[in-house]
Amino acid sequence: MKIGALTEIFAGENRVSMTPDSALQLVKLGHSCCIQAGAGAKAGFSDALYAKAGVEVLADAAAVIAAADVLVKVRGPEVAEAQALREGQTLISFFWPAQNAELLEIVKARGATVVAMDMVPRISRAQKMDALSSMANIAGYRAVIEAGSNFGRFFTGQVTAAGKVPPAKVLIVGAGVAGLAAIGTSVSLGAIVHAFDVRPEVAEQIESMGASFVYLEFDASELPDGAATGGYAAPSSPAFAAKQLAKFRELAPEMDIVITTALIPGRPAPKLWTADMVAMMKPGSVVVDLAAERGGNCDLTVMDQKIVSDNGVTIVGYTDFPSRMAAQASTLYSTNIRHMLTDLTPKKDGVIVHNMEDDVIRGATVAKDHAITFPPPPPKIAAIAVQKPKEKVKELTHEEKRAAEAAAFKAQTRSQVAMLLVGGALILLAGLYAPASFMSHFIVFVLSVYVGVQVIWNVSHSLHTPLMAITNAISSIIILGALMQIGSGNWLVMVLAAASVFMAGINIFGGFMVTRRMLAMFQKS
Amino acid sequence: MEYGFTTAAYVVAAVLFIQSLGGLSGQESAKRAVWYGIVGMALAVAATLYGPGSGNWLISLAMIAAGGAIGWVVAQRVQMTEMPQLVAAMHSLVGLAAVFIGYNTHIELVRVAGLDEAARAALNGFAAVIAHKSPVEVSILRVETFLGVFIGAVTFTGSVIAFGKLAGKVDGKAKKLPGGHMLNATAAAVSLVLLLVYLQSGSTLALLGMTVAALFIGYHLIMGIGGADMPVVVSMLNSYSGWAAAAIGFSLSNDLLIVVGALVGSSGAILSYIMCKAMNRSFVSVILGGFGGTTGPAMEVTGEQIAIDVEGVAAALNDADSIIIIPGYGMAVAQAQQSVSELTRKLRAKGKTVRFAIHPVAGRLPGHMNVLLAEAKVPYDIVMEMDEINEDFPTTDVAIVIGSNDIVNPAAQEDPNSPIAGMPVLECWKAKQVFVSKRGQGTGYSGIENPLFYKENTRMFYGDAKKSLDSLLPMIE
Repeated sequence: MKIGALTEIFAGENRVSMTPDSALQLVKLGHSCCIQAGAGAKAGFSDALYAKAGVEVLADAAAVIAAADVLVKVRGPEVAEAQALREGQTLISFFWPAQNAELLEIVKARGATVVAMDMVPRISRAQKMDALSSMANIAGYRAVIEAGSNFGRFFTGQVTAAGKVPPAKVLIVGAGVAGLAAIGTSVSLGAIVHAFDVRPEVAEQIESMGASFVYLEFDASELPDGAATGGYAAPSSPAFAAKQLAKFRELAPEMDIVITTALIPGRPAPKLWTADMVAMMKPGSVVVDLAAERGGNCDLTVMDQKIVSDNGVTIVGYTDFPSRMAAQASTLYSTNIRHMLTDLTPKKDGVIVHNMEDDVIRGATVAKDHAITFPPPPPKIAAIAVQKPKEKVKELTHEEKRAAEAAAFKAQTRSQVAMLLVGGALILLAGLYAPASFMSHFIVFVLSVYVGVQVIWNVSHSLHTPLMAITNAISSIIILGALMQIGSGNWLVMVLAAASVFMAGINIFGGFMVTRRMLAMFQKS
Repeated sequence: MEYGFTTAAYVVAAVLFIQSLGGLSGQESAKRAVWYGIVGMALAVAATLYGPGSGNWLISLAMIAAGGAIGWVVAQRVQMTEMPQLVAAMHSLVGLAAVFIGYNTHIELVRVAGLDEAARAALNGFAAVIAHKSPVEVSILRVETFLGVFIGAVTFTGSVIAFGKLAGKVDGKAKKLPGGHMLNATAAAVSLVLLLVYLQSGSTLALLGMTVAALFIGYHLIMGIGGADMPVVVSMLNSYSGWAAAAIGFSLSNDLLIVVGALVGSSGAILSYIMCKAMNRSFVSVILGGFGGTTGPAMEVTGEQIAIDVEGVAAALNDADSIIIIPGYGMAVAQAQQSVSELTRKLRAKGKTVRFAIHPVAGRLPGHMNVLLAEAKVPYDIVMEMDEINEDFPTTDVAIVIGSNDIVNPAAQEDPNSPIAGMPVLECWKAKQVFVSKRGQGTGYSGIENPLFYKENTRMFYGDAKKSLDSLLPMIE
């Protein structure tokens, strides 16, 4: 199949959906590639680089659409682009089918297949083609960089000859992919980072990135169970929302940088950073609103613009963070596309098999064969396994511990006394019948077993193999028996005894030698 | 006078043997301990050759020299991965020697019984000892001889089968003849009857019949046990070889044999106990073979196994600070210990914390993994026992599972219906990321599904362990 990448026509979009590297990988799948001239220019990939990677560079979009069986793009198609699709052609790009019903009708009428990268189910197997996550990751990083460039101070605290600099305090609201990326970036710049999310179970992830989780104090019954909706937070209860705003008001005067990333699928962004919170912030502080495209988490956000509030707080409402890092974003996005095509080309022979039984492919496909296939049925695999409530181990009080110890001690004493009694009785019983010559050996036997048990318990686990080898060698002590019998006048006895001596000899030397070899290998670092 | 000297030598030898086993409590003292054992053995043999009851010491020395030479060569050549086979093979020799010596006692007994008073007085050596026994002592001697032969014979065939299984010459799966354990029970009952017959008559036929029965028990018992239960089998046979020596010691009235037999016997018994405890199974259920019945359907495993390529593993290792490696039998099979060691060396050179977590039943011999890692020059102070390291997994970046399966199976903790429920396992899934190096998607010896492979933080690194690691090595920088 021929894969063709188009130039993005959306204003300000710098990304490209195919890089020379991803093209090389696509060729390995048995496909051939073509690209519209200049498509990669804004992301730093010249036509020459593409040509070098074996990509056919075509003059204009029409040529690419005519030549390619599969079109790849970043942004969803414009109406004109959608109308240019032909029967049986496949388009892979972001699509946002819920918001673009009329586009969906157009591609349906054209008979094209559309694979929407934003509809890839969020399951483990599909992570490699989850373009939303890879773009969110970039957005989170870039948000911190934007904040830094608008913030007049260091992130990290320093004590210099010219005076002491306090570290910047950063609050990240929403710990999705973008939020976590923002946490990681600001922590590595040296800021003190606080993070908030409505899902208390992400506290561990937040803390693992080096930020501290902002807890709301609740009764346990009030906590929402956010994990049931596929990894996104559901709109919170009014009581929760009130509590959370109160907490933010408490934090607002301290924070130098606030980055909000809270989004709820299919709804406008929740208003979390209100005008009065902005008013409470120190002049020179920065708010970066990653939810600007959906109306913003901050009351004052203006989409695609940077504004300064009356009290000198900068509010960044850009929506094109990934595009601002076009080279990085293109690399990641084209890899996502490449993984999608890998799944669509199961035999790596350049033949696309659109397997609608596959959860990932089914979920991402929004139109196929003159039919709209959106929304997809729920995936067969739950996005996040429902966690079993864990039984809490009861913390024992001091008295209970003492009581348990005392009981264990008693039980141990009882079993030991019982064993001694039974053992002693058995031996006494044997003594009643057995002759004295036997009993003297028997004493030796019992004591040896006793010594053996005491000694062997102390052998360290790692030396169990040498222990076996050495016990093997010394169990050849049986050679003594053979040596005593070998002097017999009977030829059969002599032969058997000689054979025994021979075998025991193998064992003695073999056992000791191999033990020495093993022990010599144990070395300290 | 002479006899007193021999006894004194035996006492010294016995003390040396105890010291030798006691010295194995630490890696450094162990190096000294093996010399105690060697000196003890040399002393015992020399004293016996010099003392009463021995004769023909020219042949004796020739035989020791010949056997010793073979033992020496074998010990030099054996691969460390072949240790389980070697140990099993050596047990079989002890077992067979015990059978032979038991028969000798029997033959002497018959011969002495046929002599008149004058001839008896003229006897020397071992025969003379027998000649002076009272009738009660003779019947005790018969029981001891009988027991010695019985245990020896079971040890012999059992060890031969164990050797075959470990060396891959016999199918490692648990197999039983039709009739199962009833056959064993019957053979044991026949042996008991024959013991009574032998006590009464001292007939050679009864002894021979019992030997056949015991050989069968040894064969059939070990055939019925396989795979991951082999560590228990090997240590159990170790124990048997000790008890055989002790029984022979009784029949020969030799205290040193009794002491050493008892030491070895209890050592093997304790090892078996430790192994069984590590698998949360009773000794009886291991001996009866196979895993016990489950109490209900196994928990459904959700999710899927996600494969990862060598670049992914390398990237994660390069980023990780703390790494724990969990080796299993698969590492021994793939002979991957050198590659593992090289990987460890490289990672440690970069300042990362690398440790090994060893489950007590990893491998086919108690302590098997420790020896393999030591052979590959992995320093022993980074090789940890399960109890030492299990709590550290949550703070570990990467856990690498190489060829182990059941010992890292979370079902043991999560699924009360699992056949291995309650078995202590290495909690590697608590690490941030887990890589499992495994040949394919199979379930391993026990046939138990392993939910670890389906966990979200687990990635499957398919392929031969050695090849996978070798391809990984150049990418660690």
